[in-house]
Amino acid sequence: MATRPRSPYTLFFEEYSPDQQPRLGGKSASLGSMIQAGLPVPPGFAVTTDAYDTLRSHPDLRAGVHAHLDDLDHSDTTALTEATREVRKLIEEVPLPTEIAAAITRCYESLCEQCDDDALPVAVRSSGTAEDMPDASFAGLQDTYLWICGADQVLEHVKRCWSSIFTDRAVSYRRQRGYDHRVIDMGVAVQKMVRPQAAGVAFTLNPADGDRSQVAIDASWGFGEAVVSGEVTPDNYLVDKVIYEIVSRKVSDKRLEYRLNGNGIEVAEVDEDRACQPCLDDEHIRAVARMARRAEKHYGSPQDIEWAIDADLPEGDDVVLLQSRPETVWSNQRPTARSHIGTDPMEAIVNTLCSPLSARQKQPS
Amino acid sequence: MAENRFPSPFEIETPPGAEGWQELYSYADVFSEDRRAYEESQFWFQDSIHWGWALTPWDATVMTLCMASLSQYNSRVFKVPPSQGVDARILNGYCYLSPVEIDDPAVIEGRVPEFTERAGHYFQNWDSLYASWLEKVQDNIREIESLDFSPLPETEPIETVLEGRGVSSGWDLLANYRRFKDLTLKIWQLHFEFLNLGYAAYLDFFGFCKESWPNIPDLAIARMVAGIEVDLFRPNEELKRLAQLAVDLDVDDAFDHEDPDAVQQHLASSDAGKRWLASWDEVKDPWFNFSDGTGFYHFDEPWIEKLEVPYRFLRDYITKIHDGEDLTRPMEEIRAERDRIVGEYEQLLDTDEERQTFQAKLGLARTVFPYVENHNFYIEHWSMSVWWRKLRELGATLAKEGAVEREDDVYMFKIDEIDEVLWDVVKAWTSAGENRSRQIWPARLAERRRIYEALRQWQPPKALGNPPEVVTEPFTVMLWGITTDSVSAWLGAGDEGEGGDVTGMAASPGTAEGRARVIFSAEDIGDIQEGEILVAPITAPSWAPAFSKIKATVTDIGGVMSHAAIVCREYQVPAVTGTGYATRDIQTGQRIRVDGTAGTVTFLDD
Repeated sequence: MATRPRSPYTLFFEEYSPDQQPRLGGKSASLGSMIQAGLPVPPGFAVTTDAYDTLRSHPDLRAGVHAHLDDLDHSDTTALTEATREVRKLIEEVPLPTEIAAAITRCYESLCEQCDDDALPVAVRSSGTAEDMPDASFAGLQDTYLWICGADQVLEHVKRCWSSIFTDRAVSYRRQRGYDHRVIDMGVAVQKMVRPQAAGVAFTLNPADGDRSQVAIDASWGFGEAVVSGEVTPDNYLVDKVIYEIVSRKVSDKRLEYRLNGNGIEVAEVDEDRACQPCLDDEHIRAVARMARRAEKHYGSPQDIEWAIDADLPEGDDVVLLQSRPETVWSNQRPTARSHIGTDPMEAIVNTLCSPLSARQKQPS
Repeated sequence: MAENRFPSPFEIETPPGAEGWQELYSYADVFSEDRRAYEESQFWFQDSIHWGWALTPWDATVMTLCMASLSQYNSRVFKVPPSQGVDARILNGYCYLSPVEIDDPAVIEGRVPEFTERAGHYFQNWDSLYASWLEKVQDNIREIESLDFSPLPETEPIETVLEGRGVSSGWDLLANYRRFKDLTLKIWQLHFEFLNLGYAAYLDFFGFCKESWPNIPDLAIARMVAGIEVDLFRPNEELKRLAQLAVDLDVDDAFDHEDPDAVQQHLASSDAGKRWLASWDEVKDPWFNFSDGTGFYHFDEPWIEKLEVPYRFLRDYITKIHDGEDLTRPMEEIRAERDRIVGEYEQLLDTDEERQTFQAKLGLARTVFPYVENHNFYIEHWSMSVWWRKLRELGATLAKEGAVEREDDVYMFKIDEIDEVLWDVVKAWTSAGENRSRQIWPARLAERRRIYEALRQWQPPKALGNPPEVVTEPFTVMLWGITTDSVSAWLGAGDEGEGGDVTGMAASPGTAEGRARVIFSAEDIGDIQEGEILVAPITAPSWAPAFSKIKATVTDIGGVMSHAAIVCREYQVPAVTGTGYATRDIQTGQRIRVDGTAGTVTFLDD
């Protein structure tokens, strides 16, 4: 691999170290730490908070934010919408300092070279630093732009991520919590797009009963959005995470997929034959489970991951990790029946003989 | 239409041509009017795992001695709290078993202190008791081998006179047969000395794992407990070693001959070949006392007596060696993988207390497991191979005396009838007369053989009598895999076939597709081609060498803990067992998919 371009404004994910976290924002730091752990995350780079920091000290911008927001009446929603639109326009129109534009362009070109594609499609996502941005579950507040090709387009969408600091909802959210608009940091993550033949989510435990020895995989054709949004009933696979035995498979009728159309993504109907086919073969099921387990080990707690099978990568090496978050529902609970713990060994054997497992399982829990 | 009970044993008709079948078996072992009330109130299941075929009188003796030995350890020796053993009956030549449960909680409670003391003693002293068990079994085998059943001499040996023995060869023959009967029962007494406790400890660990990880595959539990160097797998390992030796000595072309005699002649013609034969002789006893069946039936034959079977396996292994395959088991890898599996599951537990419990139960399960795995070699294979050989020796002597026409007619005798035959033979010998047995037995045995052939054609129902609401007898659940669910499945037999064209037990996980090869006996194993799916009435551990060629196994008979299933899991071959009719419903050459995780077989288009 060619030497990576260096600049305070950008950082390749594989160069991540924990002390860089504050400069990267949550999303980039998470991708960086997963790549560092050897997890198969698609390559990319972070635009650091230094870049936005530099931009926002531009006099026009400072004056504009001051003028539009300082004396704003937040209860006037029309005024709020108008003011935030003006600020966003400012950010998107203010000329990007040359050294920042150059740094991002160099990184993008380096990524293109690495992936052997002159106009490599990338995803551009905002990467907030702290609680001054609403949680990602506030749909729409974290901006994601998919299938961005060419350096100019990347620059434009990086600016859009920055401007998303000033959506009306983000502004009123900060106002309610007393955060200052002027000191907000914002990083951006630029990552190679995957071209998924199938994608989905996985839990490193069985969400039905909390069984920690399993990985539960939901999978459907095309991009993972169909699974995440709940628009299809995905295939469901349960895999033992120690010996990687596929314990159960439920193949569903997956009539819809998000797929590429020219330079964009469209929702399309899946023909009947393919809809009812399993979208993962056994090797892929095990590979997804193995990757989920590695993420769980890396983070030291049950994870909820997003993954994809990248059609651009060679078979056997084509499972990629897109996101890993802590699982929160079951992590702190255990299956309830713990009749064995603390009993004397002979007493346990007597219990086993007097009430064989099959009889015990018949009892209502 | 599902009924709420199985047919009464008293409603089952005698198969045509088998009238009078009861005469083949002891009155202790058949259903009868005088015990009807008890027998009709019980639940009986056909034990297809161990005795799926019609029994000759001697097969039946082995069965009844075996079941009584199992029962006594539960009921009288260890006092397993809820269990009074497993009762056995024969109907139309087939074995039916009935768990005898204790229902009264007060009685169960009352048995706990004795069980705790007695079983506790075994668990605490397992290793030393197991070491002495190995000696007892081998002493028993040596004693069986030493029994002399040769024909009576024309003249008594001079030693009888010179040593002043005071008894003759006639006395020896009678005494040896009585001893043979004792040692036969002793084989089965020894078989069960540890088995029930071994399974109990294993089941306790199993239960802990299922509570901690409700969906953990049985295979993962078995892998944590399974031994690395297991005597049951030793015969196959020895065969692989001999295949390598044949290649190293450059005598492997001897195995191009189909005929075992030709192989041996070829080997005996060179020094290198003689070295190979010497190496075979060194290990054949005990390791090739390895039955091609379960060891329970008179027709099971060990490798040592049927060389074409091991020679064919050798030929396959030699081919694999020439293809560059490494046949050795990677012990260090296997050990490391077992440690990894244990470590990973242990990591999934939350507290130190849980991890301690896990380690303690795993430790006990590993202590008991060598017995659970190895007893099959020492009893079913080694002891029983020697034992059947000795019975045939007696058969040859009886044939010489004219009491039977062929030596294998001996299988048609009930155990105590032979005392009378031998007395008749010895009595005639003492006064140089003719025995009367030759007038009586050949015709009677021919009639028994005819009845036996009629019984063989019969299809026994899976169960009889009164189904239990809940199956709790621990050994019925453990050894036979009979649960409340399987009983209700049998009652609603109309639902069969759900989920596949042939269904059975999920005995060894994984899926495979391929062409079926239907095999009815070990003799046909040579027909199996690389990549085929083996379909057979039952498989034996001694078929293991063939498992390196096949993609999956389907059997008519057998459970999840059957020896065939254990071996399939060891060799990681998917298996569906206990299908009932796979050999009838599947044809050689047919394309099928075997799902050993779901227990189904699906027919595929060509």
